Amino acid sequence: MTDNGLPLRLHIPQPVARPGDASRFDYLSFAPGAAVQRPAFDTPEAELREFPYGLVRVIGEENAAWDPGLDPETMRSGLRAMLQTRLFEDRMFRAHRQGKTSFFIKSTGEEAIGVAQSLALEPGDMCFPTYRVQGWLIARDYPLEDMINQIYSNEKDPLKGRQLPILYSARDYGFYSLSGNVGSRFGHAVGWAMASAYKGACHIALGYIGEGTTAEGDFHEALTFASVYRAPAILVITNNQWAISSFAGIAGAEQTTFAAKALAYGLPGLRVDGNDFLAVWAATKWAADRARANLGATVIEFVTYRVAGHSTSDDPTKYRPADEPSHWPLGDPIERLKVHLIDMGEWSEERHAQLESELTETLRAAQRAAEAIGTLGKSKPSVAEMFEGVFKELDWRAIEQRREIGI
Amino acid sequence: MATMTMIQALNSALDVKLGDDPDTLIFGQDVGYFGGVFRVTDGLQKKHGMQRCFDAPISEGGIIATAIGMGAYGLRPVPEIQFADYILPAFDQLVSEAARLRYRSNGEFWAPITVRSPYGGGIFGGQTHSQSPEAIFAHITGLKTVIPSNPFDAKGLLIAAIEDDDPVIFLEPKRLYNGPFDGRHDQALKTWAGDPTAEVPEGHYTVPLGKAAIVRQGSEATILAYGTMVHVAKAGIADSGVDAELIDLRSIVPLDVDTIVASVTKTGRCVILHEASRFGGFGGELAALVQERCFWALKSPIERVAGWDTPYPHAFEWDYFPGPGRLAKALMRTMENH
Repeated sequence: MTDNGLPLRLHIPQPVARPGDASRFDYLSFAPGAAVQRPAFDTPEAELREFPYGLVRVIGEENAAWDPGLDPETMRSGLRAMLQTRLFEDRMFRAHRQGKTSFFIKSTGEEAIGVAQSLALEPGDMCFPTYRVQGWLIARDYPLEDMINQIYSNEKDPLKGRQLPILYSARDYGFYSLSGNVGSRFGHAVGWAMASAYKGACHIALGYIGEGTTAEGDFHEALTFASVYRAPAILVITNNQWAISSFAGIAGAEQTTFAAKALAYGLPGLRVDGNDFLAVWAATKWAADRARANLGATVIEFVTYRVAGHSTSDDPTKYRPADEPSHWPLGDPIERLKVHLIDMGEWSEERHAQLESELTETLRAAQRAAEAIGTLGKSKPSVAEMFEGVFKELDWRAIEQRREIGI
Repeated sequence: MATMTMIQALNSALDVKLGDDPDTLIFGQDVGYFGGVFRVTDGLQKKHGMQRCFDAPISEGGIIATAIGMGAYGLRPVPEIQFADYILPAFDQLVSEAARLRYRSNGEFWAPITVRSPYGGGIFGGQTHSQSPEAIFAHITGLKTVIPSNPFDAKGLLIAAIEDDDPVIFLEPKRLYNGPFDGRHDQALKTWAGDPTAEVPEGHYTVPLGKAAIVRQGSEATILAYGTMVHVAKAGIADSGVDAELIDLRSIVPLDVDTIVASVTKTGRCVILHEASRFGGFGGELAALVQERCFWALKSPIERVAGWDTPYPHAFEWDYFPGPGRLAKALMRTMENH
């Protein structure tokens, strides 16, 4: 025993700024894009161990090694889907405030992640989403009206009124069933990927988890299985700095990066600017190429920022400075891609304004159609649906209980 | 037809399914090369290949999460949890994911997994190798819970469970692995040899989930039991001299309520027997169902014979374990009211 005369001290992490303090992010430092090389996708993990501490970034960077060289049309598709996602969420957030639904979650500021990955991966691949990647569905043209029907739990709700708003399931769009329990599907992505490998298929899985949820056992179990069985999966940590009111330090960010969690599992870990559409795209493609070559899983931390509150149920100004979002150093993903396209001569403010009004009109029409069916409480699927789907076939309990309420 | 122990019958079921369905695969701790700590998967890796039966990390949550993901893909995984006492790290996966996936996705995804796990006492396993957790699974809507009591049922029920499209918790009474056990712990060990239920067909057959077996016809009382307790009940009936009807539930979800109701309506008395602690045990649900459906036929209060409400105690194995003596007393008590 060392008697150094010092009392022990319990450390409780605190964010640099709470309401009333000046917003700052100077504790984060990001090297320029050119400082991070783009290794061949089949580079051995042992040669990739600096990447969890760097930052893959492309837009606005000189000589960015990770520039995926996307054609302008694809970039415009991404811009369109990101913008549609933002407009959709703003509209649905207002619908919640108008009492049309019980709950809603926005992904404002994080749209590049779901959208770029949705467009970069193949139709047969499967994503195991968090509730903050609605852009995945929008990028794949999932019907907006059905999304709204689900949010309203109305008669046309594809999930028959069984799920909270936005906890979608859309198998044909490569979008696994969502749940409000965070993290519990991360391991399913690994199991799904192992099954794909077992069958000798060519499809890969993409699992999403928030930085706060990396503290759950699910995260570590999934990385263990992914590593042990070299599962063809991309395991994404969306580090948006906040888990409801807990800053990333409560999940360990004071000590290391989230991408660096990969190191202990012998998996490559990339740390990527999550507000940079092109960087998200490039990192996703790199990890997908690696997975499809039987080289196993890659962990990607997308550094981003949750501009809105966690959900409709919290007021972020109660736990962080009200102006903190405007100080976020990696900017806004939509604005950045827009400016990039304009700089390339492939876009303009006029076209952008025109796109926005066109998307708004599409959205209005979808909302009108959904509201013609009904908002929450005004319309709902048949109550018989409550008893369906627990098991493949109804058991006697369901049959008796249905009878008990007269159906 | 061959004579099999329960271990051999379970092994045969897995062998049959690995042989007839390329989408069935097995993984769990020590199940691969070694063949499992109880030898249930012995020889399967060698016969069917490395990818069909392989070792998993010591991570019950990870094992079940992985199995659910495989199930969602379209496979029929049969993960093993080495002891039911260790299944709790996977509880969230079973409750929040496996049990709800079909419902919440409106049938887009489901988890056709069969979680095998040795359970129950009688082996001096102490708190960590003896527990009977069936009631906590029965309470979870969306899970099926199956418990065989003999080699023939073990094989047929396991094949039925693997072929079922819903998640099944398959609890194997480990005290019955090598022979029947009626709770008379001071007597010589019995083997399955000579027991008619140890005559097991080599090939494919199923015992349907949700169909109870009437093990013994009787007129004076009905005993509801499953797993090891089916054998304890036979001994308890002999000791009591009561002409009791013995029902082996075989699966508690789905539950064969019709067979239970028909029997209790006939006998007018009901004794429920399980190893798990009494309070909040599955016996409570059985007692409620019998009361709701057979009240006017009952001649005496429903009795529950179960493990005491303590953790499973090592030195007190036979004080805790509900043996034939406790059942016989309950049977005689139930006959006092007529």
